[in-house]
Formats: sequence, structure tokens, C-alpha cells
Amino acid sequence: MPELVVLSGKGGTGKTSIAACFAVLARQSIIVDCDVDAANLHLVLNPQIKEKYSFVGGLKAVIKDNDCIQCGQCEQNCRFDAIKDFQVNSMQCEGCAVCYYTCPAAAIELNDHISGEYYVSDSCYGTMVHGKLGIAEGNSGKLVAEIKKKARIAAGGQDLIIIDGPPGIGCPVVSSLVGADVALVVAEPTVSGVHDLIRVLELISKNNIEAAVCINKADLSAEQASVIRELCRQKQIAVIGEVKFDQAFVEALNLNLPLVKYDSDSVTTKNIEQMWANLLNIIKKYY
Amino acid sequence: MRIVIASGKGGTGKTLVATNMAFSLVSKGIQLLDCDVEEPNDHLFLPFENPLTEHVTALVPEIINVKCSGCGLCASRCMYNALSVIKGKVMLFSDLCHSCGGCIIYCPFQAIEQGEKAIGRIIMGSSQGIDLVAGILNIKSVQAPELIKEVLQKANVKKTVLVDAPPGTSCSAVAAVSGADFCLLVTEPTPYGLHDLKLAVEMTQKLGVPIGVIINKSDSNLSRTEQYCLQHNLPILLQIPYDLKIAKVYAEGGLISRELPGYQQSFRDVLGDIERMSDNA
Repeated sequence: MPELVVLSGKGGTGKTSIAACFAVLARQSIIVDCDVDAANLHLVLNPQIKEKYSFVGGLKAVIKDNDCIQCGQCEQNCRFDAIKDFQVNSMQCEGCAVCYYTCPAAAIELNDHISGEYYVSDSCYGTMVHGKLGIAEGNSGKLVAEIKKKARIAAGGQDLIIIDGPPGIGCPVVSSLVGADVALVVAEPTVSGVHDLIRVLELISKNNIEAAVCINKADLSAEQASVIRELCRQKQIAVIGEVKFDQAFVEALNLNLPLVKYDSDSVTTKNIEQMWANLLNIIKKYY
Repeated sequence: MRIVIASGKGGTGKTLVATNMAFSLVSKGIQLLDCDVEEPNDHLFLPFENPLTEHVTALVPEIINVKCSGCGLCASRCMYNALSVIKGKVMLFSDLCHSCGGCIIYCPFQAIEQGEKAIGRIIMGSSQGIDLVAGILNIKSVQAPELIKEVLQKANVKKTVLVDAPPGTSCSAVAAVSGADFCLLVTEPTPYGLHDLKLAVEMTQKLGVPIGVIINKSDSNLSRTEQYCLQHNLPILLQIPYDLKIAKVYAEGGLISRELPGYQQSFRDVLGDIERMSDNA
């Protein structure tokens, strides 16, 4: 049951568009959207939700007014500035329980906090597991971990798991890398793209996961594209393919379709198919 | 006045707007805080002159083994599984620690003291007359919101402060947007862009910060994004056209407000609009 995670460092390089194409080309895989803050993969894969789960992100403290003796201990001990005037600001509360354990009047309760939901769905391309973090909620890394757990159950030790990851290098990215076999980074040849690529590759290597790179919008800057190729050569990371800047990605998206479904004969589609073949060569080691 | 530049979706042009707006407004006295600490990029477009680096740490427990009885109270109360008792000895998994400080208070033997772990650094300096501050998160650290709060501490109230926020709508984005006087949401007119704009609007409204929208990579048709903004009374303060010339200037680390005509004035007008809206509020 190999796990492929698609990352980018920088946002907007084309992670989701390319992951959607892979989902089509894989024919049968478990497709996972771990960008729980701003999930988009469902917009092109059009899944039908079959199972729905609440995500308990953690605990939130509540002060029981009747029991509170207004001693101020909780406010003093809270390192997240979540307590003022004997009220908990639940947006700031991290559920650490320090107030609960240190309240001399036992006036604090901890309640389960539902901070999102996640789904197991059917799509034309295989089972999809995806989720949605509530607005302004935390614990995205934990939601990613729960989604991946469900995906592994759905895969039953057999199917390939394709994960569309979040941007950046923070908590949800770290969580989406846990247990992955191969991380494909969708890089873009811009100075920001290169800078962010270096950081995400460092994170992948610190997690001892095999990395591969593809270059999207490759003709945007010949100079930055060659910087990426050279960087990968030095780090001995495979560049599995390149795709040129193509307005057809947006056209396909406007019709809620993965690009390879929208225009199955275009040069870009051929390039993505080649990329997928190269990637499968890397992934097959992990079957 | 603190203006934060945010977006739901990544790659819509937050950094483009933040750096060009700062460059266009330099005569007003501008400070730019790069709070996209996972992937800070403003300094690639506005290189630091004479930067100073400050290291940012977060609290972790330091276990004084000679005082520890191995009772395990600290581990049993840690909500993040950062402490564990193995063969009578307390082990710390510092990557998991959220710095709540509870264990230091709970320990009946005063065997836990306040230690530190590095989470990132803040670089401060100037760039072409702009006061630039950038937070850079250490690789593998998960405490982005803590670092963002430290970067915001550097805000200079005497200046117009621009904040470049991380993408998304969860804790990091909330940390960067909270407390701002105005939020510019940068989007693109695609279904992804619109889907994530709606989430970002919801977050920003929840935080009580007034909103203006900038549509990047905009085409001439009245887009669904524009319709959404009209329906929800969200002022569109600027549309940056879909133009390969812009993408190329950006790709090479250039500033469109310096290299292409008209943009400097456009970004000044955005601030003018924000100031008028704030005066009328």
C-alpha cells in the first residue's frame, strides 16, 4: 500500500490540478485531500459523500460561573491569553487543561470541541477521503492524521494512496508526510517557488521520505527552471517531468474537470501522462 | 494603521500585493511584516540591507532528573503526549510540546524547570526605505502561530504597517489577521479561488476585521468572483489583469510597481480607498 503525497511549499503551484490528473491516470486508487484548510480537490473530482464523521480537534475550557471564586489563577496560568475577566475566549484556548488542573474551586470544565468534519466518498476514480476544518479552527495536523487513518482502512493494504497535501511546511504538512513513501513536489520556476521548494525538500528529507519533483509552468522563467533542475541534480532528486504554462488548466477547472479529462490529446496531457509513468517507476518499489 | 494581506487559497498573489504595495507607498513610511513564516518570500523581492537576526524560542520543560520521582503526573496530564515515563525516567518529545507550561506547575517535587526550544527567527532591517521584518519558521517546527505573534510584536504604530499573512483559514492565518484594522483578501477568478475566498471572508468576519478584495489574474468577463463580491457588499479595491508580463516580472523577483507602468498609482489608490473606508466607519 504505497502512499504518495503531493506537496509544493509555495501555494498555487498546481498541486491540486496535478493530483487530480494522477487520480484519473491511476484508474483505481484511494484519493485523499489533506489540504483541510482550503480543500479543493472535490471541485474537480465531484465525489458523492457516503460517510460523514465529526472531527473532535481537542478540548475547550469553560468556566462555570456559579462555582468560580474569581481568584484569577486560571488567567495567570494560561499561556495562550485565552482567559480574561473569568471568561474563556474559545478561539484562543488550546485545550491544554492547565486552568482545569490548577483551579482551586474546580470551577472549570473541559468539553470536547468539534472543529471540523471529514468524509469517505465515492468518485469516478476511486474512493475519496477528504475533510473540512471549521473556519478559524486549529488542530489541522490532527485532522490530517484522522483522514489518513480512514484512507488506510479504505486502501485495505492494497490500493495506492494519492494525497493532495497542504501548502507550506507547517503542522498539517508534517502530519501528511507521516507514513508516506514518496513525496512529489510540484515546483514553479519563480524566485518564491525555488525558495519554498528548498524548504519543503529539507522537511521531506528530515522525514526520510523519497522526494521527486515536477516543474509546472516551466516556461515562466527559463532561468529559475534551470535553477530547479540544477538543485535537484545536486540533491539527487528525480525531476519526473515538466509542464508548460497552460490556460487549459483553468478552462478545465471552470468545467469541474481534471485537465487530462478535459483535453485528452493535448501536449500538456501527454506530458502529465509521461510524468505519471515516471512516478510509477519510483512508487513501484514500495508495493 | 495595520493592514493584513491574506487569502484562503495559496498562490493567489499575497506576496505580490504586499511587496508592491510597500514599494509604492514608501514615501508614507511603511513597515512590512512577513508573517507567512512557513514560506516567507517578501525579502526575495525587497532584499534586506543590514539585517539583524533575533532567535525566537518557545517554552519547553526541563526535567531535573535528581529531583524527579518518576511519578508520571506530568505525563498523565500533558494533552499533547509530549511527556512520557519510561523506566522511571521522564522523556520529553519537544516537537509535540505546545508550551503550555502545565507540567512545571503540576510537578509535586519541583523537578521541572522552564527550558527553551528554538522555533524560528525574526530578521529585521530595511529595504529601499521600507522597514522590513520577516519571521522564518524552523523546518519541522509546528509552532507557526507562536512565531507569527512574535513578528506582530514588532509592529511600529507610527507607520502604516502591512502584514503578509499565510494562506488558509486555520490557526496561523487567524494569528496573522487578528487585531488588524483592515484585511485585503487576494483571490483569483477560478472555482478554487472563489471557494477559498468564501472561507477567508467567513474567517475575517468572525475576527471582526473589515474586508476589501483584490482580484489577481483577472480576465475581462464579469466573473463569478465579482458577482459574489457584489452580492456580499465586499468592495473590490483592485483588479490585476491576467498578464504573462506580470507573471514573468514576478518569476524573476521583480516588482511590477517598479517595472510596469501604472501599478504604483494603483497600489497607492488601494491605500487611499482603505483610509477613506476607515474614516467613514
